[in-house]
Amino acid sequence: MPHIALPEGQPGIRGAMSFRPETARPLNALVEVLLRAPNSLSPGERELIATYVSYLNDCHYCQSIHGAIAAAHLNSDEELVRRVKADFLYAGISEKMKALLVIASKVQRGGKHVTTGDVAQARDLGATDTEIHDTVLIAAAFCMYNRYVDGLATVQPRDEAMYRERGKMVARDGYVNVSKTYLPAEPVKR
Amino acid sequence: MAHIALPEDLPGISSAFAFRPETAKPMRELAHVLLHEPNSLTPGERELIATYVSSQNDCYFCQTSHGAAAASHLGGDDVVQRVKADFKSAPVSPKLKALLAIAGKVQRDGKLVTAEDVERARHEGASDVEIHDTVLIAAAFCMYNRYVDGLDTWQPRENGMYAQMGQHLAEHGYLKSSR
Repeated sequence: MPHIALPEGQPGIRGAMSFRPETARPLNALVEVLLRAPNSLSPGERELIATYVSYLNDCHYCQSIHGAIAAAHLNSDEELVRRVKADFLYAGISEKMKALLVIASKVQRGGKHVTTGDVAQARDLGATDTEIHDTVLIAAAFCMYNRYVDGLATVQPRDEAMYRERGKMVARDGYVNVSKTYLPAEPVKR
Repeated sequence: MAHIALPEDLPGISSAFAFRPETAKPMRELAHVLLHEPNSLTPGERELIATYVSSQNDCYFCQTSHGAAAASHLGGDDVVQRVKADFKSAPVSPKLKALLAIAGKVQRDGKLVTAEDVERARHEGASDVEIHDTVLIAAAFCMYNRYVDGLDTWQPRENGMYAQMGQHLAEHGYLKSSR
């Protein structure tokens, strides 16, 4: 049972977002820019970073839903998502992505763990400053989302089919659009 | 030197915000709702939670700037230093102590928050929204702190600059840059 009275029937972060729409809006706007807005890293690559960090933080809901969204972007390749989580150095992803995942995993433990050597390695493999920036911020942001979801003891179903279906929907429609199905309409600004 | 080409004259998170305005906007809005907008927890109390979490994460820029914002709201730096050193003996309400205990758990891992922690906060008068906001402030500063340190931003050791920044944040909030 969640620690506070979250709306029922809304698992994971959706319950928390429905409870507090004022904070839900910037939380959704941030994830939309980081994971979906046009970027030289593909949405599938960025979802893999989010999934990997959520896996390291042991957040069941976040790693399941972002893993499903990643797979939906990557031709339904759930095996690739599993391999990134298990040992990304041997997964079928680019060398640049591997270097970015190294940076993400350092950020997950603490930002000061990232070294100039880590950044030089990513740059040698073709990463731009914006890609390095976004990798750091995706990793940092999921250290927030994961703690939010776990810290309120939200409902986190063990139901792969649910995540798979929802993952397809979010990959198709985006975070902000999907959030309109569970958040009240935005108040008119005066 | 920062890990990427951030504007050199801006300290801490300001340089990262200037580098990437698209992500700065929702990050500023989130901080503004969590720390500045009307709430049954005062802005000073919420800045203390942000400062405490940033100090647990050892982020110099965030703990100093938010500590200065807290001091500006609370009319002095003493309570800020005491909360960072040992909040259990600091001159803050029993409710805020119970909320800081929850924030400290979230800083390490959300799963460490127990039903008893939440019960204690409720017993001291915390509402569900206050517990929610405490969890999210703590979680959000695990993001801001990692962002500031993970890019190796410039974090000057100049108390005067932080005092000025803290006063600006306390008065105007987080939606716009202070420079």
